[in-house]
Amino acid sequence: MARADWEAVIGLEIHVQLATATKLFSAAPVSFGDEPNENIDPVTLGLPGALPVVNARAVELAVRLGLAMGCEIDRASRFARKHYFYPDLPKGYQISQFEEPICRGGVVVCDVDGVEKRFRLTRIHLEEDAGKNVHEGGRSLVDLNRAGTALCEVVGEPELRSPADAVAYMKELHQIVVALGVCDGNMEQGNFRCDANVSVRRRGETRLGTRTEIKNVNSFRFVGRALEYEIDRQIALVESGGAVVQETRGWDDEKGVTRSQRGKEDAQDYRYFPDPDLMELTLDEAFVERVRSELPELPRARRDRFVRDFGLTPYDADVLTQSAARAAYFEAVATATGDGKTAANWVINEVLGALNKAGLDVESSPVSAAALADLLGLLGKGTLSSKMAKDCFLAMYQDGVAPAAWVAKNGGQITDTGAIEAVVREVLDKNPEQVQELLSGKDKVLGFFVGQIMKATRGKANPQQVNEILAREVESRR
Amino acid sequence: MATTKADAGPKPGVVAALVDAQRRGEVTATALVERSIAAARATQTLNAWTHLAADKALARAADIDRRRSRGEKLGPLAGVPVGVKDQIVTRGIPTTAGSRILEGWVPPYDATVIRRLEAADAIVLGKLNQDELAMGSSSESSAVGPVRNPWDPARVPGGSSGGSAAAVAAGVCPVSLGTDTGGSIRQPASFCGLVGLKPTYGRVSRHGAVAFASSLDQIGPLGRTVADVAAVFEVIAGHDPQDATSLTAPVPAMDDLGEAVAGLRVGVPGEYFASGLDPFVRAAVDGAIALLGANGAEVVPVELPHTRYAVATYYLVATAEASSNLSRLDGVRYGHRTVSSVKDIGELYARSRAEGFGPEVKRRILLGTFALSHGYYDAYYKKAQQVRTLIRRDFEQAFERCDVIVGPTSPVTAFGLGERLGDPLQMYLMDIYTIPSSLAGNTSVSVPCGFDPEGMPIGLQIIGPPLGEGRILRVAGQLERLLPADERKPRVYAEGC
Repeated sequence: MARADWEAVIGLEIHVQLATATKLFSAAPVSFGDEPNENIDPVTLGLPGALPVVNARAVELAVRLGLAMGCEIDRASRFARKHYFYPDLPKGYQISQFEEPICRGGVVVCDVDGVEKRFRLTRIHLEEDAGKNVHEGGRSLVDLNRAGTALCEVVGEPELRSPADAVAYMKELHQIVVALGVCDGNMEQGNFRCDANVSVRRRGETRLGTRTEIKNVNSFRFVGRALEYEIDRQIALVESGGAVVQETRGWDDEKGVTRSQRGKEDAQDYRYFPDPDLMELTLDEAFVERVRSELPELPRARRDRFVRDFGLTPYDADVLTQSAARAAYFEAVATATGDGKTAANWVINEVLGALNKAGLDVESSPVSAAALADLLGLLGKGTLSSKMAKDCFLAMYQDGVAPAAWVAKNGGQITDTGAIEAVVREVLDKNPEQVQELLSGKDKVLGFFVGQIMKATRGKANPQQVNEILAREVESRR
Repeated sequence: MATTKADAGPKPGVVAALVDAQRRGEVTATALVERSIAAARATQTLNAWTHLAADKALARAADIDRRRSRGEKLGPLAGVPVGVKDQIVTRGIPTTAGSRILEGWVPPYDATVIRRLEAADAIVLGKLNQDELAMGSSSESSAVGPVRNPWDPARVPGGSSGGSAAAVAAGVCPVSLGTDTGGSIRQPASFCGLVGLKPTYGRVSRHGAVAFASSLDQIGPLGRTVADVAAVFEVIAGHDPQDATSLTAPVPAMDDLGEAVAGLRVGVPGEYFASGLDPFVRAAVDGAIALLGANGAEVVPVELPHTRYAVATYYLVATAEASSNLSRLDGVRYGHRTVSSVKDIGELYARSRAEGFGPEVKRRILLGTFALSHGYYDAYYKKAQQVRTLIRRDFEQAFERCDVIVGPTSPVTAFGLGERLGDPLQMYLMDIYTIPSSLAGNTSVSVPCGFDPEGMPIGLQIIGPPLGEGRILRVAGQLERLLPADERKPRVYAEGC
């Protein structure tokens, strides 16, 4: 049986680390890369008597994310304790949300292979992160710097049907949380990571197969590869008469395989119950409305607007909305020049092209949006030809030369009809044989004349005018 | 005549007397602390202390004396030695909550109540013995052995704040802090002839109180007079941003404790006088109620129909929360860790906890774990929360008809050491009168109202609506004045403070 006879059912749970200065329930700082156990306090350590107090900023960021994803924001939600013993979990329970999450529903809209797809969310809830166990030299050590860090867990419905769906969904969500300022998006540090639930079934089957959960995948590529592997593994298993075991698996990128970590028989009873240390989390209408009013434009809405208002291709619009900075840069240039398409071409090909070679993005551009708009203005007016504009841009980029100064030094494009006619006639007079060849239908010779004319004007003659005048002058000699 | 007595104002407090004596230069804080330390040592047989912080207390006393000599303005509890239940976290002073699981733990921070006491220039004398992790009604389950009752060392002082009661009753220090989850301040106060206040849930910060049952725990004061308890309450109460369940309501000054009870409606619930109530306790409580009535209070019968479900409800809610709260005591970061070799982390947890917890704590962890388990949650924990709402409603309805509710604090007086250890259920049932107001989250105080024929103290419980501390302390203050003077002293007694 071929893979085409099978369908995968995938649901992602994505952990988004909130960009707060302090932890979800204490004033201990959130910081990456410090010495172990520096960013701790009695609450983080789970000392006896220490009590959690919810971080208002984390709540605001969760609401912002929920509103952006089109979730229902629950005006009253509750924190619950999830119990299990592990050394990186200081209290013996994680404070999370269970029956009453802060956001319900919502949707991720993304393009998969050029087709727009909508994937629904189940919920978004707030919870604290655990610490880290370090095993070295036969000893196990615990670093609690990360413990208590504020997370939003974004739980998707099992509506993804392929690794491509999953990767597109994850990328879209990543772009959104970064655009919202909810998360710094740093995946290497684990600030945006996912657990993938996956099962397979024969096409046409409506019941779900037994699922496995691949834990803690922190790159788009890994998610794609891990799911590919896991789907193949499950299909092969079932086709060979075996059965998928419900379990937790980990992705080993070096070997390119998933591995069983914990079986269902080890499944824990988390004994969730409402955390009596924390009151119901209530949000008033004015707060929710304020957060709503402060929502920035999301990448996808911006992309659609760029296509609609500036006439860009979806591809160009996509490139220009990869970050808020790119979009702002482009929009400043396009608005100043009134020509979105040209602005897009220049920003993508010249500005981003040059920056990309240096591994930089638009934030580090030596050419400001205003300077580029000036340059495109000169191009639009015909003061500069495209070729000259590119030379000018290079000077701007490398030496910080202003477009006006460059024109003053190098001169502008020759657009005076009389002057161009004089040069054309001179060149034609000097080359009577080639004129005859051209008149006899040898169009190739046209290039020779254009080259001669441009050479005589040191490249400054307006190419379009040169073409027109040359055609007219040749005709007149027939 | 009784009314003239009431007009004379409340019984003078020991705390105020000590503060005034220092102000007049008759005694120094250092001398007070020295007296308390000597008294603590003289009454060692009570086993009331888990740790006497003599050096720290003397250093603080010297500092206070120095500041006074420089003419600095001092706080309202300046130089007053205070004992603190070991359940409360004290920076630099070992805190074990009476459990082996916390042996050797020296906290790096202070509970909010300790910060407030010290800001008021009170002096923490040391840590007081108790039932292990506040679980018990007799102070017999401590890892360092039982506390004895100063009135009769063969009997228990009540619990779980037994050390807090014994030390104050024995004259070591004028006031102490206890914690009350289902009666752990009021019942020992009753057994030791003291005033003990359980504030409204949320009135006093729990930050730094080792959690037993988070939705029930409250820190409160014990003292020999109503005025002393009020003085400490004023200092420790009030909003704390470090406790999310802390109430924001302002704390009124407790300066009208002498106000007459005339016109006050005193509710008497029939359910609190049912079978099982010791006849001598009943007689003393009836007498106190009659005294209030004779002095102008209107005595009205009230109903608290869900009282009979209170103990069962409490032992589901409290054990469930305890099983969760005690998870952090795992031997990994602090406290007791097994020294035997273990094969994995699971065995490390199991052994450390098996060695660290005593039998009563283990019993409650198991009960609570069961109540929260998958498939049982709805039938136990959730149902208990629903019954809790009914119990709260009982009180709301009763307080529509009366201003305070009175009854016995405990159905019995102090019993003999070891007498009731064999039957946990009987032990649990002894908290029948204190548990309901804990579940409802309102405030109540136990105040002495007489002795049984064997000379053991009897306590009257006065229950108020949420934030009604001022009201119940006023009634307690009146009763203190109205009752015939009794100068009896406990058998184990030292002239400390």
